[in-house]
Amino acid sequence: MKIGANFPAKTPEGPIEDKWTSYKNKIDLVNPANKRLIDIIVVGTGLAGGSAAASLAELGYNVKAFCFQDSPRRAHSIAAQGGINASKNYMGDGDSDYRLFYDTVKGGDYRAREENVYRLAEVSGNIIDQCVAQGVPFARDYGGLLDNRSFGGVLVSRTFYAKGQTGQQLLLGAYSAMNRQIARGKIKMYNRHEMMDLVIVEGKARGIIAKNLITGELERHSAHAVVIASGGYGNVFYLSTNAMGSNVSAAWKIHRKGAWFANPCFTQIHPTCIPVSGDHQSKLTLMSESLRNDGRIWVPAKEEDVKAIRSGTLKPTAIAEADRDYFLERRYPAFGNLVPRDVASRAAKERCDAGFGVNATGEAVYLDFAAAVIRYGKEKALVTHQDANNEALVLELGREIIATKYGNLFQMYEKIVDENPYETPMMIYPAVHYTMGGVWVDYDLMTTVPGCYAIGEANFSEHGANRLGASALMQGLADGYFVLPYTIGNYLAKDIRTGAIPVDTPEFAAAEKGVQEQLERFINNKGSKPVDYFHKKLGKIMWDKVGMSRNSKDLKEAIEEIQAIRDEFYKEVKVPGDLDGFNEELAKAGRVADFLELGELFAKDALNREESCGGHFREEHQTPEGEAKRDKAFQYVAAWEHNGAPKDANLHKEMLDYKYIEVKERSYK
Amino acid sequence: MSFISSSIGRKVAMSLSALFLISFLLLHVAINLLSVVSAEMYNEASHFMGTNPIVQFVMQPILILGVLFHFIMGFVLEFQNKSARPVKYEMKNDQGNSSWLSRNMIYSGLVILAFLGLHFYDFWLPEIQYKYIEFQAPDEHRYFAELVHKFENPTRVGFYAVSFILLMMHLLHGFQSAFQSLGVNNKFTPGIKKTAWAFSVVVPLAFVFIALFHHFNH
Amino acid sequence: MDLKLKIWRQKNAAAKGKIVDYDISEVSSDMSFLEMLDVLNRELTEKGDEPVSFDHDCREGICGSCSLQINGRPHGPDGGTTTCQLHMRKFKDGDSIVIEPFRAKAFPIVKDLIIDRSAFDRVQHAGAFISVNTSGNTQDANATPINKGDADHAFDAASCIGCGACVAACKNASAMLFVSAKVSQYALLPQGQVEREKRVTDMVSQMDEEGFGACTNTGACEAECPKGISITNIARMNREFIGSNLKS
Repeated sequence: MKIGANFPAKTPEGPIEDKWTSYKNKIDLVNPANKRLIDIIVVGTGLAGGSAAASLAELGYNVKAFCFQDSPRRAHSIAAQGGINASKNYMGDGDSDYRLFYDTVKGGDYRAREENVYRLAEVSGNIIDQCVAQGVPFARDYGGLLDNRSFGGVLVSRTFYAKGQTGQQLLLGAYSAMNRQIARGKIKMYNRHEMMDLVIVEGKARGIIAKNLITGELERHSAHAVVIASGGYGNVFYLSTNAMGSNVSAAWKIHRKGAWFANPCFTQIHPTCIPVSGDHQSKLTLMSESLRNDGRIWVPAKEEDVKAIRSGTLKPTAIAEADRDYFLERRYPAFGNLVPRDVASRAAKERCDAGFGVNATGEAVYLDFAAAVIRYGKEKALVTHQDANNEALVLELGREIIATKYGNLFQMYEKIVDENPYETPMMIYPAVHYTMGGVWVDYDLMTTVPGCYAIGEANFSEHGANRLGASALMQGLADGYFVLPYTIGNYLAKDIRTGAIPVDTPEFAAAEKGVQEQLERFINNKGSKPVDYFHKKLGKIMWDKVGMSRNSKDLKEAIEEIQAIRDEFYKEVKVPGDLDGFNEELAKAGRVADFLELGELFAKDALNREESCGGHFREEHQTPEGEAKRDKAFQYVAAWEHNGAPKDANLHKEMLDYKYIEVKERSYK
Repeated sequence: MSFISSSIGRKVAMSLSALFLISFLLLHVAINLLSVVSAEMYNEASHFMGTNPIVQFVMQPILILGVLFHFIMGFVLEFQNKSARPVKYEMKNDQGNSSWLSRNMIYSGLVILAFLGLHFYDFWLPEIQYKYIEFQAPDEHRYFAELVHKFENPTRVGFYAVSFILLMMHLLHGFQSAFQSLGVNNKFTPGIKKTAWAFSVVVPLAFVFIALFHHFNH
Repeated sequence: MDLKLKIWRQKNAAAKGKIVDYDISEVSSDMSFLEMLDVLNRELTEKGDEPVSFDHDCREGICGSCSLQINGRPHGPDGGTTTCQLHMRKFKDGDSIVIEPFRAKAFPIVKDLIIDRSAFDRVQHAGAFISVNTSGNTQDANATPINKGDADHAFDAASCIGCGACVAACKNASAMLFVSAKVSQYALLPQGQVEREKRVTDMVSQMDEEGFGACTNTGACEAECPKGISITNIARMNREFIGSNLKS
């Protein structure tokens, strides 16, 4: 089934560089007086939700914003480290909107909608202007101008950053914009509230059922439009770099109410994470991709060295250059350590599977800064007129430079691993980090439920099958600050006479009843196993069979196993406490229930996609050198329509047609 | 909210009154030190301070107000600060993050207050009685003898010494802290801290020295 | 290792709380502190008891959700660390660990170890922003160069995670470090100049209204801040506040 007449992507006509402008020139607007009559619900307060809530409130709409954390400032965007891309070309290295567009589509392995990506590139520069105006303290050079660095998969330096805390600074910028609107009374903020369901009235999204996580009460909230900005679903793997509370539930609830879910199998496994240390592990910690600017990734070339390292008799620093395998530099000479994330992750897995992993579990490779320390140290010694041949001095100066660039990351590594990364190479291994898939949206960012929008990581987005580093922050803020505030007006212009949406209607009552029943079912269940037991079990299946490399047999098994866990979950789960008051286990139970459905659809999507592209690697479809082999027949967005159970979901295909970019083999050699 | 009812305004007021009292302390120790050098010079200086109308009727009231203000504001802030944490910790491990001195200004302050009471009783009240109640004739030479007389009792000297040790502790935190409260924390801060430290140690020790000197020499 | 935990349990804001003892065994030194509590909670759940509620989310030291007064110190004994980044290797077999919520009048307890830090949000609402529309029609980001030193100091101040350790550590439960970090960030940047005076008076006024104590310059906040925010920011805020009052 193809995306039918009901849900066209609604991309504008005209040359690609004019589409967004001509779209904005033609859409319907809501006049300022009428905006005061319109309510909008925003679920999630990360970069996308926070910036959207602030911008919509500023335009004059009445915004109700919801987050499950105790403050909007704690949304998981805060943890993004490396940077944000923008085609400013401040470095004069040949960057342009087109090149950012090109890199993003290519980086995504030609599985993104090109009109959306071009628009993203077009507004990217505005984001930086906006954030600087808000007082975001980006890194600057000695001339006082903004500094840039380079990220994986591109040949220019277009990444703006604030040490290793770019996400934090950008989110606090959006939070400050929200604060301004909260103070004006234009945003009503609901902290510690979780969206439990979407309410649809006469075919349109008209509100949500939210749970006050402190009192346990269910609340009805109405609006003329509902914006889902609830982030990604990486926690379906149990272990990921996502926050403990990150979940798919808001997105999954709207999916169950009619929003199609696109490309669930496109998941980003990030190459530079701290390896798992044991069964107790609750989450994984990412080390910014920016580390690959200066760090070199390697494993020992000889198996006896691997054995000696694992037994602790050999230190990595004692291995001679000639006995090290810098496998990324070897396999991809053009991009070296800065290949895109999917490529770097698979290459690390390949080495570890071949028996060259360097920690006790055999699942780690080295990320080594020794060369960078010496390079920076020598440079600094020369600049400051000191002896560049003095090894101790060079080491000291070099470590200082590395500390200014990555100090917080090095400190974090040392806290977790208890090793000093200035002296010994870091150990890293890939981990689930970001989900390119998500709720299907059209050019307006509207889902297949009229009046229901999805922005940021929650939608299936502009990243195709693989996201380039520093592009998530760009997309979240682009959606929230500069895209949704326009496109939503096009829909709301028809709603100016509707008036306030009442909540004492059968639709709200039915939705609330459904939520109440599920909560009661969990509390009253006479099971014996805590929620995490099932979540871990699901995560293990996902990682082993639906993880970095997939095959038909494993995927089929995974689908059956997930179904079985789901059945077991409803029979055996034990949720302590009661319905009233704060009950984290109860909240977790609801989230895991949704993950148990999503996981199956995820595997089903991976099984359907008989090709390898980006983060999706099917063992049946690879080149003789082990690279991903795309198939033209799958040049589409797989959008799944809910139909009872995940196994019965209907597939809709949005064919991707590239007019402005030549579809080539993605090579980083 | 008015400046003086704000938390920062109150701290600024505390600092300004503290710096004023510190400047007085410097003057006081300077005059007292004269007693070690020569009884005559001490008498001269004391007589000047005791009879000069500007000192007597302008500076003395300001000083008393300054002392009162510093104490009252200290209590107001202490009350405000205590009520900011109505439920106490079961376990608080403060020595890991701050100095004992900085956390106990109210106690060192209270001991100093007690001492000031004694000091008033010992010196200031007799002085007022002598001059303004009994209207005795000015005697330029009585000051030194009175001073020596006060330091005869070892218990009093002991209490005097302990009070000045407490003053030292109060100053060790308070002097440099006043600058922080006034917003001065810059490249001069290390120098300010060193100077304040030296002052806080030297001045109280000088007072103690004077007391001991007279106790043992007369 | 085996540990003896003494944990503050409190059903809700209105209820009376108390310390409850728990024994926990086979704790691995590679675990984070919160993973140790996860183990305890799993055991409690399996036994049919209610697990201990505590705030946590990112578990990588940046969201500022986690709190906990551990053996009398906010975020525990390790410097420059949030509770989620504290590892059990900092403890010894047989240790007794007292775990309490951060305590302050302005941070009422929600349940067990969870506190309500919305006072921080309200202080930010009072003025922690630059009034610029999010239209994107601002000047080019490089139109105003900013001295690198100022930009770096602004960043250092802005790296506050809003966890509340400064309040928890302060003997006066003062929020000066938190508020001054935000005031400093904007005071140091050219974009923050227009609203500079109003911002500091409004934020300080809200801070006082929330019931935080005053600053005694003990430096405990700085010593316990997991992000190493310096009390030079407090001096700057004092300066800003005095200046603002002198002008108005």
